[in-house]
Amino acid sequence: MLDINDLKVHFDTSKPLKRKTIVKAVNGINLSLAKGDALGLVGESGSGKSTIGKAILHLVPITSGSIKIDGFETNPLNRKTERELRRRAQMIFQDPHSALNPRLPILRSVAEPLVLHADLRGSELRAKVAELLETVGLPSQFLYRYPHELSGGQKQRVCIARAIALNPELLILDEPTSALDVSVQAQILEFLKELQTKFSLSFLFISHDLSVIRHLCNRVAVMYLGEIVEEGLTTDIFHSPKHPYTQALLNAVPFPQAKQPHREAPLTGDIPSPVDLPTGCNFYTRCPKMMKGTCETTSPILSELSESQKVACHLHS
Amino acid sequence: MTNQPLLSIRDFSLDFDTFDGVYHAIDDVNIDLHAGEALGIVGETGCGKSVTAKSILQLLPSPPARVTSGEIWLDGENFLTLDAKSIQKKRGIDVSMIFQDPMTYLNPVFTIGQQLVDVILAHQRLKPTADRINKAAAKTRAIELLERVRLPNPERQFDSYPHELSGGMRQRILIAQALSGRPKILIADEPTTALDVTIQAQILELIKDLIDELGLSVILITHDLGVVASICTRVIIMYAGQVIEDASVNEIFGNPRHPYTKGLLAAVPHPTQHASTLTGIPGSLPNLLNPPSGCRFRERCPLVQEKCSERPGWTTLSDHHGIACWEFSEEKHA
Repeated sequence: MLDINDLKVHFDTSKPLKRKTIVKAVNGINLSLAKGDALGLVGESGSGKSTIGKAILHLVPITSGSIKIDGFETNPLNRKTERELRRRAQMIFQDPHSALNPRLPILRSVAEPLVLHADLRGSELRAKVAELLETVGLPSQFLYRYPHELSGGQKQRVCIARAIALNPELLILDEPTSALDVSVQAQILEFLKELQTKFSLSFLFISHDLSVIRHLCNRVAVMYLGEIVEEGLTTDIFHSPKHPYTQALLNAVPFPQAKQPHREAPLTGDIPSPVDLPTGCNFYTRCPKMMKGTCETTSPILSELSESQKVACHLHS
Repeated sequence: MTNQPLLSIRDFSLDFDTFDGVYHAIDDVNIDLHAGEALGIVGETGCGKSVTAKSILQLLPSPPARVTSGEIWLDGENFLTLDAKSIQKKRGIDVSMIFQDPMTYLNPVFTIGQQLVDVILAHQRLKPTADRINKAAAKTRAIELLERVRLPNPERQFDSYPHELSGGMRQRILIAQALSGRPKILIADEPTTALDVTIQAQILELIKDLIDELGLSVILITHDLGVVASICTRVIIMYAGQVIEDASVNEIFGNPRHPYTKGLLAAVPHPTQHASTLTGIPGSLPNLLNPPSGCRFRERCPLVQEKCSERPGWTTLSDHHGIACWEFSEEKHA
């Protein structure tokens, strides 16, 4: 359904009269997503996971590459294809407090896509918005409330209502629950799961929380410094992670239980700057299994390990 | 636990005066911290966990904060009755605190070395003249501290500015500052919430080592049950300004009794066990401008009964487990 081919997003952050600095936020990634799939995109801050989400909707300028939604090429984008793209794909952001205009009642916020695309007016519009609110589990009294009267979880539900207003095929969720408390997060996650099956939506779920991804997604792609290092079915990735970075990530997750599992020593150091990418494999500076002579000179290619798992690592090529 | 606690918070209540009325943030909280213990305080937004911790060092501006009752005892002194000058002498010496977002607690225009030396020198003023150290010695001490918190290349990093460091490294600087007065107690208020998991693992490892190496007692405030499980020995669960359960880590995760604690545990997705559904807790936090009488959890509680409109007393279930819930106090008396 979604097909991303060799996507690159580079930001020029050079200052006048200074050395050219280019942040390679997303550096040549390929991703595909089938209808009804939920793909989790996981990685640390600075890995480029949010940039991919924004690039799909052209919220950041794309340097090169192709993004197809149901065969419909969105790069380059003109005004007509932009409308089409917004109807087919929608995004939900991390912070629901800043995603809603504080001066508009909920009705106006949720109605906006319907006015622009479906050309609904008056009572018809109101009925449709009320129906959407009901879908996300909010009573119709909320129509005339303002965002400040709602709790974080309720605001996120409003954002979801707005995103599904035009029956999109693809929903991009950028850390939708990380601003919420766990008891509310659980409600939203369960609701998203229901929503996905009900409308057979495709999800691109961006998160740094591996437990959340494990709960909601059937496939996972692990990102590090703008590249995908491992991809596959959730069960495979969580049971037999192959890339040392994936292993380190899983090793670092604290378990909500009394008996902690045996852990390897945590990764040392920080994620390198995306301006000066390491030569060879991006991860070799922190990798506990670095092989001298190979890893720092040649970058590994994402290759198929089995039918359902791909990994970019010299250990497995 | 018969031995004397190091820090003891007794019947502590605190209100905030707001334009909308009085906000009853903390209601009759009792917390004991023993020497060498790592105590986790867990709860959702607005449960009063940070407010309680900040009150220990009188860090809340008053007004609007107003302590309505209670005592906080450390070393035979009631911290709540100390005046501004005396409490300042306790900050960083008896009790130190680190916070969630390390960037906002560092001054962007001074080097981290300078800021660390400043803290060390500030502590010197409280000492007798003969024990004070000069600037050069303070710099040596600063570098020692940076080594202690395992900052790579401490000599070189001494002259860096906060923006040149990553979030994890900044948090290490804050920990170094907090340790510079050789405190007995370190309060860590969501120390890893702003960090990535691999960096979080590093910082938690560091805090764990500090507990072992320095015999530090730690109060860790967090909303993340996983973080608590990985370093704490005892956990206090708070809800809407009240302590509702207090137990060892084994008991909280193996044998949770309070319906809210159970609800919290059922809401967290587990990284390896696949639960088919997560159960949220229905409803939302009560408005503390006008809190419900009695148990503040009763409006969301699956076990609610008539008695719940009265405040449940504290029931000790075992040596390592206490709870505030009618369900269990009756069980005991019956």
